[in-house]
Amino acid sequence: MSRIPGDCYTARALGPPRELIVPRRDDIQSILIVGSGPIVIGQACEFDYSGTQACRVLRREGYRVILVNSNPATIMTDPELSDVTYVEPLVADVIEKILERERPDAILPTVGGQTGINLTLQVHERGVLEELGVELLGAGVEALRLGEDRALFKRAMEEIGLRVPQSGYAGGLEEAHEIATRIGYPLIIRPSFTLGGEGGGTVYNRDELDELVEIALDASPARRVLLEQSVLGWKEFELEVVRDRVDNAIVVCSVENFDAMGVHTGDSITVAPQQTLSDREYQAMRNDAFKVIRRVGVATGGSNIQFAVDPATGERVVIEMNPRVSRSSALASKATGFPIAKVAALLAVGYTLDEVPNDITGKTYAAFEPTLDYTVVKIPRWAFEKFPRTQPTLGTAMKSVGEVMAIGTTFRQALMKGLASLELDGDLAARERRMSDPALLRRRLDTPNWERLFAVFAALRQGWTVAEVNRASHIDPWFLREMRELVELENELACWNLESIPDRLVHEARRSGLSEARLASLLDAEPAAVHAHLGRVGAERVYKRVDTCAAEFPARTPYLYSTFGVEDESEAEAATAGGARKVVILGSGPNRIGQGIEFDYCCVHAAFALSEAGFETIMVNCNPETVSTDYDTSDRLYFEPLTLEYVLDVCRQERPEGVIVQLGGQTPLKLARGLEAAGVPIWGTPPDAIDLAEDRRRFGALLAEEGVRQPDNGTATSIEEGVEVARGIGFPVLVRPSYVLGGRAMALCYDEQTVARYLREAAETSPQRPILLDRFLDDAFELDLDLLADGERAVVAGVMQHIEEAGIHSGDSAAVLPPQNVSEHHLEEMRDIARRLALRLGVVGLMNVQFALHQDQVYVIEVNPRASRTVPFIAKAVGIPLVSHAARLMAGQTLAELGLTEEPTVPGVFVKAPVFPFRRFPGVDPVLGPEMKSTGEVMGASPSFGEAFAKAWLGAGHHLPLSGTAFLSVNDRDKATLVPIARQLRELGFELLATRGTADYLRGSGLEVALVKKVHEGRPSVVDRLINREIDVVINTPLGRESHEDDEAIRVTALKYDIPCVTTLSGATAAAEGIAELLDRELSVRPLQEFHARRVAPLTNATG
Amino acid sequence: MRREAPPGLLVLEDGSVFEAQAAAPGTRFGEVVFNTSMTGYQEILTDPSYCGQIVVMTLPHIGNYGINSAVAESTRPWVEGFVARQFTALPSSHGSEEDLLTYLNRHGVPAIEGLDTRAVVRRVRERGALRGVVTTERSEVAPLLAEVREHPSMTGRALVDEVTCQAPYEVTPPAGVEAGDHLAVYDFGVKANILRSLAERGARVTVLPARTPASECLGLGVDGVVLSNGPGDPEPLTEIIAEVRKLVASGVPVFGICLGHQLLGLAMGGRTFKLKFGHHGGNQPVQDLATGRVVITSQNHGFAIDPDSLPESCQVTETNLNDGTVEAFAVRDRPVFSAQYHPEAAPGPHDASPLFDRFLDAL
Repeated sequence: MSRIPGDCYTARALGPPRELIVPRRDDIQSILIVGSGPIVIGQACEFDYSGTQACRVLRREGYRVILVNSNPATIMTDPELSDVTYVEPLVADVIEKILERERPDAILPTVGGQTGINLTLQVHERGVLEELGVELLGAGVEALRLGEDRALFKRAMEEIGLRVPQSGYAGGLEEAHEIATRIGYPLIIRPSFTLGGEGGGTVYNRDELDELVEIALDASPARRVLLEQSVLGWKEFELEVVRDRVDNAIVVCSVENFDAMGVHTGDSITVAPQQTLSDREYQAMRNDAFKVIRRVGVATGGSNIQFAVDPATGERVVIEMNPRVSRSSALASKATGFPIAKVAALLAVGYTLDEVPNDITGKTYAAFEPTLDYTVVKIPRWAFEKFPRTQPTLGTAMKSVGEVMAIGTTFRQALMKGLASLELDGDLAARERRMSDPALLRRRLDTPNWERLFAVFAALRQGWTVAEVNRASHIDPWFLREMRELVELENELACWNLESIPDRLVHEARRSGLSEARLASLLDAEPAAVHAHLGRVGAERVYKRVDTCAAEFPARTPYLYSTFGVEDESEAEAATAGGARKVVILGSGPNRIGQGIEFDYCCVHAAFALSEAGFETIMVNCNPETVSTDYDTSDRLYFEPLTLEYVLDVCRQERPEGVIVQLGGQTPLKLARGLEAAGVPIWGTPPDAIDLAEDRRRFGALLAEEGVRQPDNGTATSIEEGVEVARGIGFPVLVRPSYVLGGRAMALCYDEQTVARYLREAAETSPQRPILLDRFLDDAFELDLDLLADGERAVVAGVMQHIEEAGIHSGDSAAVLPPQNVSEHHLEEMRDIARRLALRLGVVGLMNVQFALHQDQVYVIEVNPRASRTVPFIAKAVGIPLVSHAARLMAGQTLAELGLTEEPTVPGVFVKAPVFPFRRFPGVDPVLGPEMKSTGEVMGASPSFGEAFAKAWLGAGHHLPLSGTAFLSVNDRDKATLVPIARQLRELGFELLATRGTADYLRGSGLEVALVKKVHEGRPSVVDRLINREIDVVINTPLGRESHEDDEAIRVTALKYDIPCVTTLSGATAAAEGIAELLDRELSVRPLQEFHARRVAPLTNATG
Repeated sequence: MRREAPPGLLVLEDGSVFEAQAAAPGTRFGEVVFNTSMTGYQEILTDPSYCGQIVVMTLPHIGNYGINSAVAESTRPWVEGFVARQFTALPSSHGSEEDLLTYLNRHGVPAIEGLDTRAVVRRVRERGALRGVVTTERSEVAPLLAEVREHPSMTGRALVDEVTCQAPYEVTPPAGVEAGDHLAVYDFGVKANILRSLAERGARVTVLPARTPASECLGLGVDGVVLSNGPGDPEPLTEIIAEVRKLVASGVPVFGICLGHQLLGLAMGGRTFKLKFGHHGGNQPVQDLATGRVVITSQNHGFAIDPDSLPESCQVTETNLNDGTVEAFAVRDRPVFSAQYHPEAAPGPHDASPLFDRFLDAL
């Protein structure tokens, strides 16, 4: 035999004729990529992941990449990633300006989520794309419309012979009733063109229909809703399909939802690959998926197609398709190792699947279908605890704020890992015990809710049969039986102790994913003893590779997950032996309110910087949405839970030179002590300093020594003690547990009763930790300062001033860099305090200090010796890679070596505005307080404050009215300050409308004000006026408890009808300035690169 | 109380021993291959091409949707042994008639689970297809290993006679489909879905035993001949190859699938060789050399045609995108062609099914 083709790489030698190999498109040179904007429920980091991939790969292909995205905490908006980076509001006017300015040849709308598509369709409808000759890459207008417009989509599906649920379209209630009569209840209500099913739901009767149709009509930009036959209880599947320009099509991943139809897929626990379809059923679904993508006409790129299957008959219907990369495609990419967004970007510029190499194997191409030899489970992470007045139930509108993904060999293993990854407060057993009441348990099973997984465990433990749980929950028996196996295994384990337990049972427990802690509790042993025993019986973790091909080809990319078996593939020892200098970077886990993309940004920067500095970077994280879990980001990726047990095992495997804990938020910080105790070297600020900053007594002593003021405060470990401390400090008082992020369980209390109540709640969140109490400073302004330190020197990176007064969580407050009306001597004092504290604490890396300015005095509110939420924002504004520097400092370099010895100048004014999820939680009062509630943020950048604020405001999804009626209602304290704002609004042409007290005061100052009734004063009230859209902007500061209901009604109504509502006077001042700016001239657009090139002196008004 | 599974073992000829748990009892020897399909275990079990082989599934959960007699590719399972990370004892599917383990038990196919199947796959990938034994009855490794090494190697093994039908039989188009051309299908271990795919397209099919002389076949006056898939090494099947040569010479349209493709290649004067560990799965990309297009195919073969050995009269028309092996060739100026992959799928993607239409159109 002359040669063996099977063993060598000869595809090209025998490839298709030359003329068929068309290289990438040369007729386009520049491409505009539209990002997805701030993190909101339904649109999170996954679009930074996909957008980053698109930017990088298109740039590498030599295209001029122009990016627009309003979210500064993203990797994709790093100025190095694109040729031109616009951090500008994602509104059609702005896109149009950018198109006119940059004249790109093409626009890639399919990597920026629903936002990217909606914006592209808007500018298309304005005729801009046609006029400027801008081509749509990936999917054309028709395909985008078909994917988004449910009526068109359904018609198209029927045309190609696919079944869809019966449905009808309504533009009003009457039509809705007709459709309901035709189809029958229950019905699903879906507004068109909304994100994550916002404004939709399931209705069971006419009253519910009336209510929800109204909401849905309001939520839909087109004021049209779809009423659809409910296939509640059917099994739900998703296929991720990729197609190229010559019509090659593949399925990258199949996903089966653990939760049956009726729960938004973003809120469903999902499993990949699908588990319960036979080959015939699966292939038929795959064939349908190809028919869908071809009919919809997605020319190139990825699409997500959802199906429902009747478990009783196998009957299948198409539910929907997204003609773009999505949350599901990010998950599919991480689940399989097939980078959908990257491949889609290459296909968009003309490559075909057989021309795109498979990075993981390095030997094969993207034209194949990944096969999995492991099981993936995704579990969403919710934030209902932040919105206590909303129903914690799940439906067709997505409510989760983040997710974890777990890879295990079997479903059980992956499920248990997923639960560990969630970092839920309190233990799971306690959660199950709370469901001991049978009626409650049944409710938890039959109404989808975020605790249903625990309810299933509880039911199985209480002796429910699989059939009973299935009848109540519609969860497929296959999943339930696997969970029952876990329950039975745990029951058996509980019969043994560490001395008597047979080895085979230990191995089975490990294979089933039980953690050391769980084993310790079942066997009534010490965790350390369990760990030692596991080593003795050879039940240690091994690491296997995610390789797209079930080991058919060697994988060169170390994308690893732990399991149990006889062979380890990490090659960690070989790397050590080869002299690699390893550093482990701990990520931040699932997105939560208070801990999100900012920290992922930091981890990614550290990986890039340290890799450049010659280290082998090792990332540990479990959040599938992120850039940090892209196998491209670090040298080695461990897709593992961020608990001490899993992280220690990674460290034992890798033996790194250092571990970085200060970049991933509280998640890795909480592990610092445990890691240190186990002898793992922690890089940067020592864990003791982290502890000191969190320990009230030690920290208070340090501040006293340094002569630094802080609000009166105390610490309590019991409710009685807490009340006592509060009494001593004086009211109002802020209470919070230590070691939490995002102000979880933080509250402002005005009396002893509320203190006692909140202490009880806080104790549940963080049981063993002491509770901190601080005197709340009325009428104070807060400032955030971030700095870098190398142990010898500390350099301030930036100071941001909060626009809202103290009392509102820093993450929820709009803020401005540089400060606008703070005197230079106060700023100097703050810088001085921060530098001194950094050196005293021995900070190496980043530190954040929050200051309050109260009656001309500087107070330190808190010190965080870690990367803060504001770091990406400041880095982007000043154009200096702060986190890369921090990583190098942790690796031993000095600030002098990095050339960073002075505070960078700020080349403009940069306003941060938060984005809130209130619309997702009907009935929630959208008022701000010390507990953080925002999910994301945007940046407005301009040479002037007014324009920067206006941009931030627009970017955050509000609009600024340029004329009309302003409604004013403020508390007595604020009345004097309101006068100049009211006067400015009047001068700008607004009519003023106010409640009695406010109106009287303003009239006394010579302003013309119309009067409106409060709700309890009779009708028509201000709420009626709001509903009638007779008010264009609301300025309403809380009036205190007596008129609480009025305030709430006003805010809730304004939110419902999307009327801008400002709840602080400083916010109102800024809004008035923004309006003035917009009236004065049109918004300008300016890329970051221009800000940074100019490096103009800061435009701060530093006189105070 | 929970069941405690007895131990099981997988021993490979290179001396590797994998401890496992028994899922279905027995002891059987064979060539160990891995299959990367994520669905279709029943079709794999009943595919006669697996005769002589122990199949290791790379997907961890096998048996989830049970067994349904309507999807069997033949009347019984042919694999020597079945290995997975975890078998599902109780299936969940409206179509399930029986659970997988009961089925394996009933047919005497030993199965083991709980072992590091990925480690097995990596061993096979590195060392090539290996002989091995699956046992739930024996625990002494040394004698097992000795017997494994005694077991015949797949190269040179003719297995067609073990799986072919004893007498010819007819398959007619289903109700509602207009009957068209008459085809002969040589049964070298034919999968039911090949017959189904042809009949659905209106073909009247006569299935012939593997050793049917060409003259007898041609005597039926058929419009075309299909050479089916099947197990083992094609080279020792010299008599069959000679008959295939006669069929081609007669001018009748011929379509080869898998083993049939290899036999056609050999009949045309080409040679075959054993691949290191073969292609067994549902995600093999095949590129059409004329159009550049790629289809994802279902494959199950350990041998392949050496492209350099094919005479000028034959043209390679499709290759495997991963490793460049020959996936299809055609005889120039004749309605004779063949594919290494499985256009009938079962299990696997249906992307290549138009190949049946192409053959029927060529008649």
